[in-house]
Amino acid sequence: MKLPLATGSPRSCADRLSHKQGSAPPAHGNVVQGAILTRSRLILILGLLSLTAVIVSLVCLHFGAQPIAYGEMLRVLMGAITVDQAEADGGSADITRTILLQIRLPRVLLGFLVGCSLASVGVVLQALLRNPLADPYVLGVSSGAALGAAVGVLCGAGTTFLAEAALPACGFAGGIVALVIVYRMATNSERLPIHSLLLTGVILNAIFSALIMFITSILDPNRSYGMMAWLMGTLTSPTYSGLVGVLVYLSISLILLFRQVRALNILALGEDAARSLGVDTERAKRSIFILTALVTGAVVSVSGMIGFIGMVVPHAVRLAIGADHRLLLPASALVGGTFLMGADTIARTLIAPTEVPVGIITALAGGPFFVYLLLWRKDRLA
Amino acid sequence: MRGVQESQPGGGNEPCASGLVRPCDAYEVHSLRFRYQSTDSSSSPWILDDVSFQVSQGEVLGIVGPNGSGKTSLLKLLARLASPQQGGITLFGRDLTAMGQDEIARLVGVVPQDTPQLFPFTVAETVLMGRFPHRPRNRWGSGFGWESGEDMAITEDAMRTMDVAHLAQRAVTDLSGGERQRTMIARALAQTPNVLLLDEPTAFLDLQHQVEIGSVLCRLKDERGLTVVLISHDLNLVSQYCDRLLLLAEGQVVRLGTPDDVIEPLVLEQVYRCQVLIDRHPTSGVPRVTLPGRQSTGNK
Repeated sequence: MKLPLATGSPRSCADRLSHKQGSAPPAHGNVVQGAILTRSRLILILGLLSLTAVIVSLVCLHFGAQPIAYGEMLRVLMGAITVDQAEADGGSADITRTILLQIRLPRVLLGFLVGCSLASVGVVLQALLRNPLADPYVLGVSSGAALGAAVGVLCGAGTTFLAEAALPACGFAGGIVALVIVYRMATNSERLPIHSLLLTGVILNAIFSALIMFITSILDPNRSYGMMAWLMGTLTSPTYSGLVGVLVYLSISLILLFRQVRALNILALGEDAARSLGVDTERAKRSIFILTALVTGAVVSVSGMIGFIGMVVPHAVRLAIGADHRLLLPASALVGGTFLMGADTIARTLIAPTEVPVGIITALAGGPFFVYLLLWRKDRLA
Repeated sequence: MRGVQESQPGGGNEPCASGLVRPCDAYEVHSLRFRYQSTDSSSSPWILDDVSFQVSQGEVLGIVGPNGSGKTSLLKLLARLASPQQGGITLFGRDLTAMGQDEIARLVGVVPQDTPQLFPFTVAETVLMGRFPHRPRNRWGSGFGWESGEDMAITEDAMRTMDVAHLAQRAVTDLSGGERQRTMIARALAQTPNVLLLDEPTAFLDLQHQVEIGSVLCRLKDERGLTVVLISHDLNLVSQYCDRLLLLAEGQVVRLGTPDDVIEPLVLEQVYRCQVLIDRHPTSGVPRVTLPGRQSTGNK
């Protein structure tokens, strides 16, 4: 049966080449250059998005229970910057000034910060979990934070929700507790399997929500109404010192998240692929989860459960500009901030002077998109 | 055809002997035992049980065996994506566990089993990720770093080698299975590795691209002394392109040797539990495996 072979020595591959590959022209990287994120594209897109954010913020300042004319608005803003406050020339201008600088401006800025944070956290979690639908809500981190804040309220941390310094701390503590539980439950070997993590998040969410409902039901009706409004996601006008606190806190966390952009690109390929490319996946996951809990805890304690921004914004931005996280993360942050400023303006003015919780607006905008993804873009979901 | 090849270094009968001193094997695997961790560790069976072998530099080793025989686990151990409970692996003479994941990534390129991609990176961006282990160190942690011109050139070269340069701007989410697979191999090549580990590299490829991948691997082996370890279910393909085969069954090495040694009727029938016909490839003379078909001819 067997044909005799001349020798058992290893044969050269050359003997087995079925065809000779044509020698390729020398590579200059031009093909690559045209198909990747470049510096100029990054600067252009971020510049345009920043400009849009500024314009939208001016529009948001204009609208309210009482629209303020753009000219006057700009004059007041300029006046505030150049510190000639003494030239307040009459009662009506003074009221405008107060409304603009003490009520609308801090609220618009807070909306922007919260939107930035939610979208950034969404981007990061989606890459890490390789799930385009992931956001802090899926993991149970937000409901953990909300539960923390709710427990704070139950223990008497004040009648107003946001002015109290204790509540952000409670929210952060709740977020961290949720995170530790998720991490512990999902870690059944030396590494953290991503699917069990998602499932754990879903289960925790159910438990935390039940506990929050329980706390809400035993509070006295006044406070329980306030809590419901907060849970649905509400922005209020913070004091400037409070705003600066939030700004510093979120900026530091977001800068630390931005350090991970290149690792995120590679993590999005899959965990084994990322490890085989030299990413310390365990360390990256750990630091990303902790930063996520910090940001989510802070955001939930100031604005409650504003949903869908963390899911919808990164998704839409990714479709528009591509998946490279070096652009995706800052661009999503800008778009998320702009989106929430706009949504909050609608919430303030839709049936003014009554306010609609902004979480309802974002859910109504994001929910249909979510359904669209589930029904028609199944191929894109894990 | 052959004349062209023989003018190249290492193109003769001794693929690895182009004046190079061979200080050590690419891989040395020593009585490896491995199982996945479970809560009840006593009952989980060994995925790999007492596996030992060497891979020489510039060799193409094919790992074959039935489903569930531990092939993919073995490949993961070689890439240190998992750690063995017992035994050891050395990579170019160094203990694998003593090396950083980063260091391994500069030496070993891994092409995992095909998985659908979820995020619309372009093909060029994906291949460029292979340059990640070579990124310069700075205080920016894993780095925002823009890729250098050298990175671009190496990436483009890898893309041309794997015939995906024309797809540069396409999103990996929109590729066919074969295009995606070639993109992933290109990404591993962009790492400029010394060793390439591939899990079912030809599973989704049509005939033309199967032949192309085999030829490309051989060419890289001849030109750059690349060491290749690949898993495949296609016995004819590995017979054609591999120097040696490692036949695994139930976590143990059944045979290790040239295709002639391993692809033998009795061995395959015992391992795969079905009858096969084995004859010779009409031009290359390597063993060729055929399923017996519906009509039982006079096979043994």
